[in-house]
Amino acid sequence: MRIFFTGVGGQGTLLATRFVGEAALEEGLAVLMSEIHGMAQRGGVVESSVVIGNGLSPTIADGEADIVVAFEPLEAARALPKCNPKSIVITGITPILPFTVTIGQSAYPDRDSLFGMIRPLVSKLLEVDADGIAKSSDAQRSSNVVMIGVLAGTGLLPISRGSWERALKKLLPENLIDQNLRAFESGFKAGFETA
Amino acid sequence: MHELLVAPTDKPLFLLGNEAIVRGAAEAGVRFVAAYPGTPSSEIIDRFSQLGPEAGIYVEYSVNEKVSMEVACAAAVSGVRSLCAMKHVGLNVAADAFMTLAYVGVKAGMVIVVADDPLLHSSQNEQDSRSYAKMAGIPMLEPATPEEAYRMTLEAFTISEKFGTPCMLRTTTRVNHCRGPVSVGPIARHEKKPGTFVKDPFNLVVIPAVGRKLRLAQIERVKKLQAESEKSAINFTSGKGLLGIITSGVSWLHAQEAVRGLEIESSVRILKLAFTNPCPKALVREFLATVEKVLVVEETEPFLEEAVRIVAQEAKLPVEIAGKGDGLIPRAFELDAVKVKSAISNFFDVPFERPDGIPAPELPQRPPNLCPGCPHRATYYSVKKVFGNEAIYPTDIGCYTLGVLPPLKAADFLICMGSGVSTAGGFSTVLDRPVVAFIGDSTFFHAGIPGLINAVAHGHKILLVILDNGTTAMTGHQPHPGVELTPAGKVEPRVSLEKLVRGCGVQRVAVVNPLQVKKTQEVLTDFKEKMDESGVSVLISKSPCPLYETRMLKKKKKVVFQVGEEPCKPCGRDCLTVLGCPAFSVEASGEGGERVRIDEALCSGCSVCSQICDSIKPKKLP
Ligand code: SF4
Ligand code: SF4
Repeated sequence: MRIFFTGVGGQGTLLATRFVGEAALEEGLAVLMSEIHGMAQRGGVVESSVVIGNGLSPTIADGEADIVVAFEPLEAARALPKCNPKSIVITGITPILPFTVTIGQSAYPDRDSLFGMIRPLVSKLLEVDADGIAKSSDAQRSSNVVMIGVLAGTGLLPISRGSWERALKKLLPENLIDQNLRAFESGFKAGFETA
Repeated sequence: MHELLVAPTDKPLFLLGNEAIVRGAAEAGVRFVAAYPGTPSSEIIDRFSQLGPEAGIYVEYSVNEKVSMEVACAAAVSGVRSLCAMKHVGLNVAADAFMTLAYVGVKAGMVIVVADDPLLHSSQNEQDSRSYAKMAGIPMLEPATPEEAYRMTLEAFTISEKFGTPCMLRTTTRVNHCRGPVSVGPIARHEKKPGTFVKDPFNLVVIPAVGRKLRLAQIERVKKLQAESEKSAINFTSGKGLLGIITSGVSWLHAQEAVRGLEIESSVRILKLAFTNPCPKALVREFLATVEKVLVVEETEPFLEEAVRIVAQEAKLPVEIAGKGDGLIPRAFELDAVKVKSAISNFFDVPFERPDGIPAPELPQRPPNLCPGCPHRATYYSVKKVFGNEAIYPTDIGCYTLGVLPPLKAADFLICMGSGVSTAGGFSTVLDRPVVAFIGDSTFFHAGIPGLINAVAHGHKILLVILDNGTTAMTGHQPHPGVELTPAGKVEPRVSLEKLVRGCGVQRVAVVNPLQVKKTQEVLTDFKEKMDESGVSVLISKSPCPLYETRMLKKKKKVVFQVGEEPCKPCGRDCLTVLGCPAFSVEASGEGGERVRIDEALCSGCSVCSQICDSIKPKKLP
């Protein structure tokens, strides 16, 4: 199982990826996670991956992602080369305008046409209002955890509820656990309903 | 207790390759660690710096990689286990120390971690540092996963101590920044005792006569190391069949996945090498004798491939060898399982259907950018206002390198750390144009000082702008000798940048706060007029990195800036087209009109834009 994550610096992509990795480990699965640090953090694209299974390479070649989790719509489209017709794409719906757009060098594509372009190319596209769900669960800053909740809720990964929760508790400081559990829970429900 | 010092349980830890190295070294009883940060190696020194006091390990952020290697080797020569870590290009800086330390050797284990960066994720080149180990004749281990990084760090200390030579642990980004399960062992209570130094100048002071003797000893040592690599358990074969693959590091994982994916496990034998210098020739020879064809799978240079070809030639083996030479395995950039599958399919003649690729759509780019409120942006803005596009802007390595992007476009030349100031001297000599060089404070300490002294000594007509944000921001805000902000509050810097610059003989020195735009431009204009005279001018543009300042002083944002209600004036839009703070965006207003908006959440309150445009006003936050 190969899961590719993509987002924009500041969206909590790496923490979310690590959450998936820790949960897989809690479940006793063979797991490797790969992340790219450095320049990417200054508002650029942040990409990471989790591969679950023995003897796999930690990176995901073009066309080899089983699941893509995109925290931003434009980045979902940019990740298309990682997909194949069987891939499942879970994407956030709130655009973050790249700087090239804000200074008027290029235009941000219409979101519906972005999704319209992705949908026929993959087996399933899940659009998740992660910010909205986070807000209504009183966990504004946990949109990234909502997204992972959705991933967990779809049941695509062989990871039990208990492992997810243990991983989250392990990762976060005491004072952030409750709100993130709420965010995870709401995401999980949303993911479960689509499955 | 630091999470990397926990006692082992039956559950593995989920560690970054870099963290696995830290844990391995802690278990091995390392007592002295030094490094200059550099992606992808930085977390090694960062984690050590967090746990050092608790674990009884001396940890320093050295001024550069050469210094880090030198301080660490002194510890190891005094019988104290030491480690230094650097990115690949850091080894270039340390190479002088490295090459002769390989002659002199060490008394206690010394591990030199060198992190290569294939695909240049955050580097200026993708050099393959393995050649350095060969050139220096020191042992080298190449882990493939965090688990291996942990085990091989322990192994590297043992080898180093056994043979009295530093041992290189060579990683790549995909090992350093890969996270995986690591089953750790206990951290023994190592007694903290002072080092011991036995005076022995005729083995430790490398005058030519000593160097000659040590050179012969080094050659003998390489032979012994070779015997060690032959029997090392970290080199191993798996599978059986007449098709062979020789590989190392993360390429091993790509190769394994490829073999499995192509369903040829029953006909392929893999020789997985990790002790790759000196090359275990007998082991390779035995392997070559059992297969008909061999594909060498490795990233960047054909380091193993050449060694394998030599073995085949020496033993006159008829085996067919392929790799980079035939272009099957690409020489540039990272490998992945698909690239390896296609090489295997070609060379071993097995069918492979490439996954149906989806072509990359045309999308707006999302380049990284200086943060909102970054003082570098303000400096660049003012410098460009005063010096325009006529001036040549050699630059250096740090966050501020991002000034290369539009709209700032304040970078014309860069090769390595410290090159900004030295190349400025060269440019100013042969060009009849103003030359303004940029360098960050940390980079200045690292490699800028000799270049500045050189410019002063030769009367080069340059302006050097030191972008002093009080930290090593780019790699994660590590300290340097001029640090003033610490978790304990504001302190006197150990080394004052201004005194240092004056001490280098610079006559025209000024310190400005770039967030004061008018003042900064006045000083720059003054410098510009004086630049016709020969000699070096230095502007220290001093304002802390806001991210670092917030973290150190726990400062809360009190004010943000907003564009006034009435539609903005039709203007040249300096705010967007010259300054370009990422907090700005353009939005439609009125009929077909547009206005600039400032995102309150992004704005840091630096006030620079409000000094450029009257429509921009402060807004107090509760
Ligand atoms: S981290 Fe600091 S120095 Fe670097 S771009 Fe951001 S504000 Fe500027
Ligand atoms: S004050 Fe202006 S320049 Fe500074 S961060 Fe805010 S919007 Fe950007």
